[in-house]
Amino acid sequence: MAAIEVTGLRKSYGDVVAVDGVDITVETGEVFALLGPNGAGKTTTVEILEGHRSADGGSIGVLGFDPSTGGRAYRERIGIVLQEGAVERELSVREALSIYGGMYPRRLDADHLIDLVGLTEKADARIKTLSGGQQRRLELALGLVGDPDLLFLDEPTTGFDPSARRQAWGILENLADLGKTILLTTHYMDEAQHLADRIAIIDGGKIVAEGTPETLGGRADGKSMIRFALPEGVSFEDLPITASTVDGDMVEVSAESATRALHELTTWAIDKDVELEQLQVARPSLEDVYLELTDEH
Amino acid sequence: MSTEALRRPSVSSLVWRQFGYQNKVFWRTPIAAFFTIVFPLMLLVLFTAIFGNDEIEGLGITTAQYFTPGLAVFAAVSATYTNLAIGTAIARDNGILKRIRGTPIPPWAYIAGRVASSVYLAFLAMALMMAAGVVFYGVQIIARTLPAALLTFVVGVSCFAALGMLVAAISPNGDATPAITNATLLPVAFISNIFFPIENPPRWMEIAGDFFPLKAFAEAFRDAFDPTLTGPQFHWPQIGYLALWGVVAGLLAIRFFRWEPSSGSTSRHRRRDESQLESV
Repeated sequence: MAAIEVTGLRKSYGDVVAVDGVDITVETGEVFALLGPNGAGKTTTVEILEGHRSADGGSIGVLGFDPSTGGRAYRERIGIVLQEGAVERELSVREALSIYGGMYPRRLDADHLIDLVGLTEKADARIKTLSGGQQRRLELALGLVGDPDLLFLDEPTTGFDPSARRQAWGILENLADLGKTILLTTHYMDEAQHLADRIAIIDGGKIVAEGTPETLGGRADGKSMIRFALPEGVSFEDLPITASTVDGDMVEVSAESATRALHELTTWAIDKDVELEQLQVARPSLEDVYLELTDEH
Repeated sequence: MSTEALRRPSVSSLVWRQFGYQNKVFWRTPIAAFFTIVFPLMLLVLFTAIFGNDEIEGLGITTAQYFTPGLAVFAAVSATYTNLAIGTAIARDNGILKRIRGTPIPPWAYIAGRVASSVYLAFLAMALMMAAGVVFYGVQIIARTLPAALLTFVVGVSCFAALGMLVAAISPNGDATPAITNATLLPVAFISNIFFPIENPPRWMEIAGDFFPLKAFAEAFRDAFDPTLTGPQFHWPQIGYLALWGVVAGLLAIRFFRWEPSSGSTSRHRRRDESQLESV
């Protein structure tokens, strides 16, 4: 059974449609990223799945529960890392893990968790003395303390510096290795690409593309792009292959088979004794796909 | 990684643990501990120093015998009304309440732990005040009226705990809440004869004092420590009035309670603006 099965999810706030018919299926043990710009409907979608908000429409099954009525039994099996979460600042790291861990029938050992998120030195420090990054790592530990089958991560590394992000990614990779199902939202493409088994791009409350990081938006079977500067004294008609776009002197050729197209092109160039300046061959990057789909040009 | 497999914790144990942690948080918040425990004791020292500890003319009891129970009520109201309102509103701003909603603890069990902690602190503050009165100012405790004093106290602090939760429910954010509690509690304390008895108050002041529950609480509790009175001193009309206020406030608090910060909240604890866009 899939860990998350959502079809036709809808949610509006007044006249503003936040989620407009979203379908998501996440298999057990999968790391699934919901990628999209701010305001795309990521947080609303996740908060409905967490049971924080009710949906206006659609069918929702998470671990076999309807989150809005799942109550205690549902919450015993999920972990939530909130974007804006906090704990009582007067407690120590260990105390916070103890009180929140005490709410679950199953729990992970506090010291192990503290080591996992790299807070060993701060285990007995008051939470108010932690740095922002340390507090976010505590958040992560609190999301895990009930040994959840499914972990929700809402923008887990927003506001992190690059090294803190690498560190957080390392922790999340460990979790994925433990077989946890993870639903993560992010607006960082590299984060989704790095962590997720599958990615859905959401924009304007709709899923606009879905796939693995390799195949998303037709990246795997997509055509390669060959670019080069038009040699002097050569017109477009002289080229052995058809240019798909021309930008000033730059020629772009969209090719089904880059090998064949390059061969034709370079053979022709050697025959004519012309140099193809700035020659490059590229597959569309995830960033290209993302920007194209979310219109963030 | 090791997993401790345990049975589902009982609700009573969850309430008990929450109660314990809430107390811990209170003692680690010096400002709250000061205003709830120390400040009312300072008022007692101050009032007896200003007015002397002689018999108050017309009342037949000493200054301390009059003020101590009233200040004990004031301390208990700080512990319940003020602390619950401010603490709960800040917890909501911080996202603690939202986090709680995502955990398996039943929401009412969490609230019960918070309320129980405030009621416990109210008892502690009251007991300290009465003990200080007895030890330093010769205040008399009357065994005959102790049951009435305790019943009045239990109903009174329950009423003010409910009012505290109501303020938490309707307050826009944690920054506004201290203003709301101070602006309500202090004037009402004055017209309820907590700080000193007002002789021949204007009619409107008397009506206002009679309307709010603090005067009923203070009068019923104080009379249970008045050696000039006889009988068990159960003030049923006052106790009933407190209960009525408490029930209405409690129902309204349940009706209007919010677990998430209001969308316009500008608390210093909000870290990023993006999330607000995201949640619209």
